[in-house]
Amino acid sequence: MLGVRLYLAQRISALIMAPLVLGHLVVMIYATRDGLSASEILSRTQGSLFWGLSYGLFVAAVAVHAAIGLRVIVAEYVRLPGLALDAFTWSVGGVLLAMGARAVAAVVL
Amino acid sequence: MQNPSGNLEVSVWRGNGAGGGYSAYLVPVRDNQTILDVVTWIQHRLEPTLSYRFACRVGMCGSCAMMVNGKPRWTCRTHVQRVIDGNSLKIAPLRNLPVIKDLATDMSEFFDKWLKAEGIFHPTSTRHEAIAPIKPDEPAQIAASAAIECINCAICYAACDVVALNPDYLGPAALNRAWTLINDQRDGARTARLAAVSAGGGCFNCHSQQGCATFCPNELNPTESIAGLKRFAAVAALRGEI
Repeated sequence: MLGVRLYLAQRISALIMAPLVLGHLVVMIYATRDGLSASEILSRTQGSLFWGLSYGLFVAAVAVHAAIGLRVIVAEYVRLPGLALDAFTWSVGGVLLAMGARAVAAVVL
Repeated sequence: MQNPSGNLEVSVWRGNGAGGGYSAYLVPVRDNQTILDVVTWIQHRLEPTLSYRFACRVGMCGSCAMMVNGKPRWTCRTHVQRVIDGNSLKIAPLRNLPVIKDLATDMSEFFDKWLKAEGIFHPTSTRHEAIAPIKPDEPAQIAASAAIECINCAICYAACDVVALNPDYLGPAALNRAWTLINDQRDGARTARLAAVSAGGGCFNCHSQQGCATFCPNELNPTESIAGLKRFAAVAALRGEI
């Protein structure tokens, strides 16, 4: 159900997410305390390679991490068999990646 | 700690793989009485057909583990007064294993999983060669020694919630055994064993809840052994060895 590759993927995605989450919180607090409006924030993020890569990487890490985490829960509590479990894992990862990519595109493009 | 008649109120699970239920018995209180003493008294005096398993009676063979008031215990070394709930004892077959009859479980899958985890010694020399000198203070030997005193009682297996939720999971005892062999400098199957414990039901499924370490009668810590396996297997995978 959870072999070495999925385990490593989940641990590495966690390592990527941890600093990005902290960075996101710091930037969010800075932006709101400074009273930046939505249009002012968008003017800084649109066309920015840095923010695009930063949030793009975050979204990719979330899709991998959450899909594997939910896979374990579903395997243990719903007892989905192998193929259905793989389909579930890829579906969760795919949906999260698509939703996240749409959000990143909305603030960067 | 006893009712007016001076007896313990004991419920014992009776049945087989198809089902069963608890039967109630009154058992006289004795000094230094163990749970195994109670079960034996019931079989000798009240219920000759009661099935249970024991052998050494001194905590070495690992045969007599049962659930006592919901927790896995080695019954020959568990005093009644240490685990009794009011005046009641509820004795059942080990959790996570199929029942054969009454308190005797089928331990086949438990031992099959030892083999799946490559819990077998693979010698690197023969009896015709010199005995390998083992230094007790080397880090690998210290790790092996810390985990070696397993008596195969399956108490950790019964205590493990991951085993309960995932029937393919190899379980704490098999993985702990693999860890002792990984750290045995005379063993020659390190890569094969790391591959075995990294497969679908292997060490990466452990949630580190430490039920195994909480209930191990020999106070081993299989969770720590499994964490060691995770480290070694992750490094081996990153190096492309498994």
